[in-house]
Amino acid sequence: MKINLKIWRQEHARVSGAFVHYTVANVQPDLSFLEVLDLLNEQLIAEGGVPVEFDHDCREGICGACGMMVNGQAHGPLQRTAVCQLYMRHFSDGDTVTVEPWRAKAFPVIKDLVVDRSALDRISAAGGYISVKTGAAPDANAVLVAKPDADTAFDYAACIGCGACIAACPNASASLFTAAKISQLALLAQGQPERKSRVVKMTQQMTAEGFGDCSNHGECQSVCPKGISIDAIAQMRREYIRAKLPFG
Amino acid sequence: MISTQSSEADALGTASFTPLSSNKSPELPELPELPESSEWFSTIGKKLLTGITGLGLVIFVVVHLLGNLTLFFSASAYNRLAHIIERLGVLTYLVEGGLLAIALVHIAVGINIHMNKQTARPVKYAQYVSAGQPSRQSLSSRTMIVSGLVLGGFLVMHLATFKFGTYYTLPDGSGRDLSRLVFETFHRPGYTAGYVVVLSLLGLHLRHGIWSALQSLGIATRPGLYAASAVLGSAIALGFIGLPISIYFGLI
Ligand code: FES
Repeated sequence: MKINLKIWRQEHARVSGAFVHYTVANVQPDLSFLEVLDLLNEQLIAEGGVPVEFDHDCREGICGACGMMVNGQAHGPLQRTAVCQLYMRHFSDGDTVTVEPWRAKAFPVIKDLVVDRSALDRISAAGGYISVKTGAAPDANAVLVAKPDADTAFDYAACIGCGACIAACPNASASLFTAAKISQLALLAQGQPERKSRVVKMTQQMTAEGFGDCSNHGECQSVCPKGISIDAIAQMRREYIRAKLPFG
Repeated sequence: MISTQSSEADALGTASFTPLSSNKSPELPELPELPESSEWFSTIGKKLLTGITGLGLVIFVVVHLLGNLTLFFSASAYNRLAHIIERLGVLTYLVEGGLLAIALVHIAVGINIHMNKQTARPVKYAQYVSAGQPSRQSLSSRTMIVSGLVLGGFLVMHLATFKFGTYYTLPDGSGRDLSRLVFETFHRPGYTAGYVVVLSLLGLHLRHGIWSALQSLGIATRPGLYAASAVLGSAIALGFIGLPISIYFGLI
């Protein structure tokens, strides 16, 4: 099939970008969307043009490197998948697909579809760690964690840091990313020493990076490739109240 | 020799706020300066403020609605209620002052969150579509600032019309005949239509608002709560709208 692409091209952060239209012919339905971009880039290189820059690594939804808005949706129209897991069978012959980078003040465009997500690293560095020495894997049942807590913590730990939650948030808030880490560690024994300081520091860092405030639109949980629930955000707020209450 | 262990022991024992130096990754760039932020003006503090003040206003609105509904029983019941409130004296002023403060905080934080949203995404998307369920994004959630500002403006007008409006005295001279003013006002088609529109916006505001306030306060978000927010929001709006409609069409 033939796919028309309307892709955001931008040289670097300090110049403005624009959409450029391309057409890729002979697209097989079993190709992934990123492979279509690969085809386009081969085409562009053959024509002596500049290939479209985009982030990717594992191409199986586990690393969090990829990410772009496809037809106005973070990671494209499928839920619980990263854009690397989006296949062309979900499109029809002659479709025009709009491709944009994540847009947020805290995510400056590096080039084309690649944005600088190091703000997320700095949020993690502000408190997304534990200080206890965990050593080798402990014996089963040496550290007791209730089954529901273990399951929920595991769900939150599934965050791959792709930034889709921020990209899709009408307020460009990083609440889901930040809450996933805070809530995961709050549920586990190893996370207790920094439990109170973590929520304060990580959320302060989130604001300092220029992310917006949450309005509970809940759009983040729909686009998260790992399906992380905004219950994590509710828990983050409980953690904050606990940290600030004198008797919490 | 083992003094380096003390910082870890400290962190374990007292949940010290100082991060261990070993956790600083050298390859990460300098952290930007943190803004001076108190508990209440931090990003979560603002959510707690809007949530608490919002729920406070919901309680007020429900009590107000119950008061309005007395007019369905009789004009004298309604007037008697108005007299009781008037006679509370200082207590009335305290409650009014408190409500004004709550409303102002709610408005200020709402505007601040809205303005932050503009700065957090300076370049808008050319195309943007909600991903659908389980997203809670709705017409209601997207228009909170509009419905909120209209309600704020309405509040001023509403107080001018009723609280500070024409003071009719009861024929027996025993106090204010507030119900007469209500009936007169809701016989004006323009005012009645405007009232119905604004109170529908209240329903729209509460559809997202009630659920959102509970989520902001960290109360577990079961699907039931989201649905309950819609039911309660519409019930409140319909309750308010019922009275002027009934008066306008001469049903009471
Ligand atoms: S490339 Fe690794 S998640 Fe998509």
